Amino acid sequence: MNGIPMELGLSLSAVLFVLGLIGVMVRRNLIMILMSLEVMLNATGLAFIVAGSRWGQADGQIMFLLILTLAAAEVGVGLGLALQIFHRFRTLDADSVNEMQG
Amino acid sequence: MQVLELLGWVPLFPFLGFLTLVLAGERFSKPLVSWIGIGSVGISALLVSLIGFEFLNGTLEPYRLLLGSWMEIDDLSVPFGFYLDALSMTMLFVVTGVAFLIHVYSAGFMESDPGYARFFAYMNLFVSAMLVLVLSDNLVLLYLGWEGVGLGSYLLIGFWYENPDNGYAARKAFVMTRIGDTALALGLFLLFTQLHTVDIQSLMLRASNQWPAGTLLPMVSAALLLGGALGKSAQLPLQTWLPNAMAGPTPVSALIHAATMVTAGVYLIARTHGLFLLAPTVQFAVAVIGAVTLLIAGCSALAQTDIKRILAYSTISQIGYMFLALGVGAWSAAIFHLLTHAFFKALLFLAAGAAIFCFHHEHNIFKMGGLRKAMPLTFWSFMIGSAALSALPFTSGFYSKHEILLAAFDASPVLWAAGCLGALITGIYSFRLVFVVFFGQQSRAVDKALGWSMALPLVLLAILALFGGLLQIPLDSVFPDLLNSAHDPILVSAITVAAPFLGLLIAVLFYLTGTFSTERFANYSRVKPIRQLFLSGWSFDGVYDSMLVRPFKSIAKLNKNDAIEGLYLGIAWLSRRLHRMVSTAQTGRVRWYASSLVLGTVAIIAIGLLS
Amino acid sequence: MALILFYITSAVAIFATVMMITRLNAVHGLLYLILSLLAVGVIFFLLGAHFAAVLEVIIYAGAIMVLFVFVIMMLNQGQKTIEQERAWLQPGIWIGPSVLALILFVEMLVIVVLGGNAGTGHIVNSKQVGIALYGPYLLAVELASMLLLAGLVGAYHLGKPMLKATKPGGNS
Repeated sequence: MNGIPMELGLSLSAVLFVLGLIGVMVRRNLIMILMSLEVMLNATGLAFIVAGSRWGQADGQIMFLLILTLAAAEVGVGLGLALQIFHRFRTLDADSVNEMQG
Repeated sequence: MQVLELLGWVPLFPFLGFLTLVLAGERFSKPLVSWIGIGSVGISALLVSLIGFEFLNGTLEPYRLLLGSWMEIDDLSVPFGFYLDALSMTMLFVVTGVAFLIHVYSAGFMESDPGYARFFAYMNLFVSAMLVLVLSDNLVLLYLGWEGVGLGSYLLIGFWYENPDNGYAARKAFVMTRIGDTALALGLFLLFTQLHTVDIQSLMLRASNQWPAGTLLPMVSAALLLGGALGKSAQLPLQTWLPNAMAGPTPVSALIHAATMVTAGVYLIARTHGLFLLAPTVQFAVAVIGAVTLLIAGCSALAQTDIKRILAYSTISQIGYMFLALGVGAWSAAIFHLLTHAFFKALLFLAAGAAIFCFHHEHNIFKMGGLRKAMPLTFWSFMIGSAALSALPFTSGFYSKHEILLAAFDASPVLWAAGCLGALITGIYSFRLVFVVFFGQQSRAVDKALGWSMALPLVLLAILALFGGLLQIPLDSVFPDLLNSAHDPILVSAITVAAPFLGLLIAVLFYLTGTFSTERFANYSRVKPIRQLFLSGWSFDGVYDSMLVRPFKSIAKLNKNDAIEGLYLGIAWLSRRLHRMVSTAQTGRVRWYASSLVLGTVAIIAIGLLS
Repeated sequence: MALILFYITSAVAIFATVMMITRLNAVHGLLYLILSLLAVGVIFFLLGAHFAAVLEVIIYAGAIMVLFVFVIMMLNQGQKTIEQERAWLQPGIWIGPSVLALILFVEMLVIVVLGGNAGTGHIVNSKQVGIALYGPYLLAVELASMLLLAGLVGAYHLGKPMLKATKPGGNS
């Protein structure tokens, strides 16, 4: 049962996480920011699965299930907020929602 | 229980009255406030009568009452001790008696004032402080009473505080008497460090044992005590606050600035007479100051038009007589004049208050006139008071002033001449007041009638002003004997008696019959500047303003932005700079915040990895 | 064998993610995201987590991404938006965040490598997961359901057009 080395799995998870992070920091479109957030969440889930696979326990998958639930709820509310912002500001520019400044 | 032991209660009742009224007086009904305010002083007056009866029928030996200890540190022993002898007995009579009558009068005068309870509270505070002052057996407790009356005076002069001028007058009084108080405190410190006691009788004993007469130490300490007396009694050079203090209600002027507080200086010098006997130069200075002040104040009174200011300058002048008496060694005469002055000056002030109260709150005597028919009681009060003030024969003022002037002649004819001239001027200005206000044409109808609470004290004080001269207070038990003044030439006595009549005559000629016209006289080119000088009180206010007040203000303005101010302004400036710097980091953009999150995470993990 | 498959699949996942974050058109980005998620699902399968792989495909790629699709369609971004995106995504804008993220990646690598070698590949089947769920993690399940309820209610309310429409940057 050699399988895949754990470091590789974790490194992949790190790469995906960092890519998602770059997406959050660079993109201005709200939808794209939310999608990049999904990537980050997914990468975290991958890390948990890798760990669960290494120890052979169900905890990893259960953690992933919970992350999934979290992502679902977050996307629901996040997209609702994006819709509201679009209603009010007529644009999906994240930088236009900057009235709490100074 | 011995009656004399009630002495401890005498200052206590007015103080309790003060506490009650100041804490809860606003909620009491007016009659209740009157009962508490007048009643507390009334009880003290009653106790004083009982104590007086007992004391004066006894051996006249000084009675000491120890109520407890205030401070006991090493050498310094300050007890709450009361000392009763003929001098303090006299003062007690004056303070409680006159205060009681004035409290009754105030019930009528201040009736419609919204600060009724506050007024009686402050009056009670004042009376209790004054009683502590006259009863205390040591200088520190006396100083407590001294400061207390200063506080009461400040509160009462500035009673109608909504008018900023009243506040100014109150502050002026407080600051000027403070200058005197500082001198008194310094004198107290000097005496304690040199003689190691603050008990007054012990002080005088030790001073006469240890200090030869005429040396530096008694002179300096006596001079400092004199400084304190000058402030409270409004003598030269600290006399300018008293005319301004007329901004307070008339009962206040009557009580504080005629009968009690301003006599505290006289009392102090009389009490510590042993010290002054050791410093003849200072004692003579007391007489000279008294003589000069009485002349200056008398001249100033000649030109005033405000009825209360005339009486204020008159008070300064009469206290000058008391200082003159103290200075020439006529201690008993000074205290006797204090007693009679309290009666007739309080009478005059209360009568003036009646005139003001019933006549549209008018203060200018030239706007009043012909009130003789409309206000008979006030008229006769003024007549009796002015007669006593001018020392016309057989009034109480006559006996006291006569004694003083004869004693002055024994010491120095110059001083006697000054005193006679002062009597002449007193006659002029007091009858000028009477003739202008009560004779001539009545300009308007009288506003209100006099209630019984205001009329009764007037009557009683008038009786005392007339017959008070017959009171025999055995002050010889306190003071050393004076040289017999029976050897004075008849001429001296005659001139002394005649001087006020001459003043009366002049006043009649100018103001009653109009034989000499005042307008023509006032318009003489030589007279005008003199009249202006008199009106402004010999320009002391102006001199003090340009010599002391203006330089001080300009220095303060220069110093306004000094280093310490800069420190605090600098802190504020720095805070604002930092705020502006930090607030640029709050852009409101989500991506910026996310980036800063990442930056922070990187930093923390780096720290974690590297350590 | 599994290792080679792992390399290929992870390459696909990384490529898809990079494409996703650089697309101008939102729908294109979304499709690449779905691709990335499917690749990760395959990796789950390779790791022996069959249940998780299925969940990934059904829920993540199936439900959540579909939600995204619906919302994008609702917002009806046209050509104008693509021009806007082109204007926003200048090449220079990538430098800063990339550097920062690179540093973070290096740090994470260091942590991972320090962990030491270990192999994976234990198959954990659905039965085990189910028993664990209804055993020690029972409360977690309840909490998760409450979280979903909250998300449901929030999404319902936020979906209604509540705020007045104003110009961008103005006060309502």
